[in-house]
Amino acid sequence: MLADPAAPARSPRTRPASWARPGVRLAVLGAVVLVLVAVYLFTGVPGRLAFALEIRSLTVVAMLVVSTAVGVSTVVFHTITQNRILTPSIMGFDAFYVLISTVIVFVSGSAAFLAFDEITLWFVQVVVMVAFSALLFGWLFGGKRRSIHLMLLVGIVLGTFFRSFTEWMQRMLDPLDFQVLSDAMFASLTRPDETLLVLSAVLVALGCAAVVPLRRTLDVLTLGEPAAVGLGVDHRRVVMALFAAVSVMIAASTALVGPILFFGLIVANLAYSYAGSFRHAWTMPTAVLLGMVCLLGGQLVLERVFGYGGTLSTVIDFAGGLFFLYLVLRKGAR
Amino acid sequence: MIALENVTKRYGGQTVVDDVSLTLGGEGVTALIGPNGAGKTTLFSLVGRLVRPDAGRVTIGGLDITTTPSAELAKSLAVLRQENHVAARLTVHDLVEFGRFPHSRGRLTVEDRAHIEQAIDYLDLDAYRHRFLDELSGGQRQRAFIAMVLAQDTRYVLLDEPLNNLDLRHMTEIMRLVRRMADDLGKRVVTVLHDINFAATWSDRIVAMRDGSVVADAPAREIMRPEVLRAVYDTDVDVREIDGKPVALYYG
Repeated sequence: MLADPAAPARSPRTRPASWARPGVRLAVLGAVVLVLVAVYLFTGVPGRLAFALEIRSLTVVAMLVVSTAVGVSTVVFHTITQNRILTPSIMGFDAFYVLISTVIVFVSGSAAFLAFDEITLWFVQVVVMVAFSALLFGWLFGGKRRSIHLMLLVGIVLGTFFRSFTEWMQRMLDPLDFQVLSDAMFASLTRPDETLLVLSAVLVALGCAAVVPLRRTLDVLTLGEPAAVGLGVDHRRVVMALFAAVSVMIAASTALVGPILFFGLIVANLAYSYAGSFRHAWTMPTAVLLGMVCLLGGQLVLERVFGYGGTLSTVIDFAGGLFFLYLVLRKGAR
Repeated sequence: MIALENVTKRYGGQTVVDDVSLTLGGEGVTALIGPNGAGKTTLFSLVGRLVRPDAGRVTIGGLDITTTPSAELAKSLAVLRQENHVAARLTVHDLVEFGRFPHSRGRLTVEDRAHIEQAIDYLDLDAYRHRFLDELSGGQRQRAFIAMVLAQDTRYVLLDEPLNNLDLRHMTEIMRLVRRMADDLGKRVVTVLHDINFAATWSDRIVAMRDGSVVADAPAREIMRPEVLRAVYDTDVDVREIDGKPVALYYG
């Protein structure tokens, strides 16, 4: 009754030009990342190569952990919320991170903050951030209300509250304490602690292990909740699992390097236009690799062009801000 | 059969669906009519397990929808909603593929591909299969969504106002298609319609709702009477016979 699906005359997939194929695009991007990694590792070495490699490879691994966490979680967050100009930071993640650090400095002073065991600090920050999001999410989505929008709104309000509270405390700080704190609050990828790196990498890997098997379900979620439910997706359970994974990944990467606000927004939106497919099996790795390109590129510019005259997060926030404006204006123009 | 037993749904203090007991999904096409706010869409949402009833029970083919896995129900019931906004750029083919999700969880088999081809053929979408949804006209888009529903290969099909925003030609085209789905493919179609003349022309049974209750449930011809329509819509509707068919006049 039907044409043989494999019949070449009316193949359901007329082969697009090779450049249009997502696999080819991803491979090209992967090659670019490898080239950038090689440039970063092997050029501009002032002293012994082995020493430089040891330090720089740690930075590259940190970049990979951060790009993976931020890229995957932002794409997932966009799909869950059906909105592509949000980042998980809207839930107050970075604000909460800054608040925790500020409270520590406020209560015990900058000397104690600097003397604080890095691993304990990381651990406390991760646990508190995950607990916060679990609470917010469990209350507003897990309960009877089940509204993602309400949850986002409460997240924004809480984020603003955290920011104001942080600002108030920072104003009361000793100038030296404030200096130490604001220095610590710029995202920094160079010279990460090895143990922290491993711990963060494990958490991010766990997050990915939860998200990757759900990639096809994520594709269906792009149709929106009603259609996804109609197609047999257990929306509530799936969104809970995805959100838990997003929280853990974001918390781990923020506690490792500090807040990177716009970064996820840039890479996710670039990924949608670059990947050549809406499928998460393509958009998520594309976002991760684009993240690597941004971080490596930014770091190279910072180190080799400006001679460390700034921080990476300044460069990224500046570029991210411009890109965000572009996105909003383009949306408005359509 | 789709059976609702004493189903009630309230939003805030307002009862939107009020103790409704109804069996849908008999052979052919059933039209659900009624004024805005009568509870038609909420009724669909209850059956499509988007909202939970405050009281009562819904079963599909004997399976209670609160205890049966959603994926299982999606193999016997397909729902096309009124609003179908998609944020991502999908092609027609991508969209129709989604119809197979309940069966294959996204890993398409040969059988899935056959169903997709059949649905695309049936809706005459072959020429548009690689077009993006935002590049289609309203009528083509609606056909693409119906193709997805068809690829889902379910016994019951619920269409919520499939004629929304379509012009005359496309409205007729969609209704002809709905009829064919029922007659040739044996689908049990339930559809919300606002134009009662379309309902009378193309459906076998009309269920009329008002204020959350079913106020009339009969073969199409019996509903097309001035007193019945007046009770449903609270508006005077003249019904004339043209070529042996009842036609409602409500244009002023």
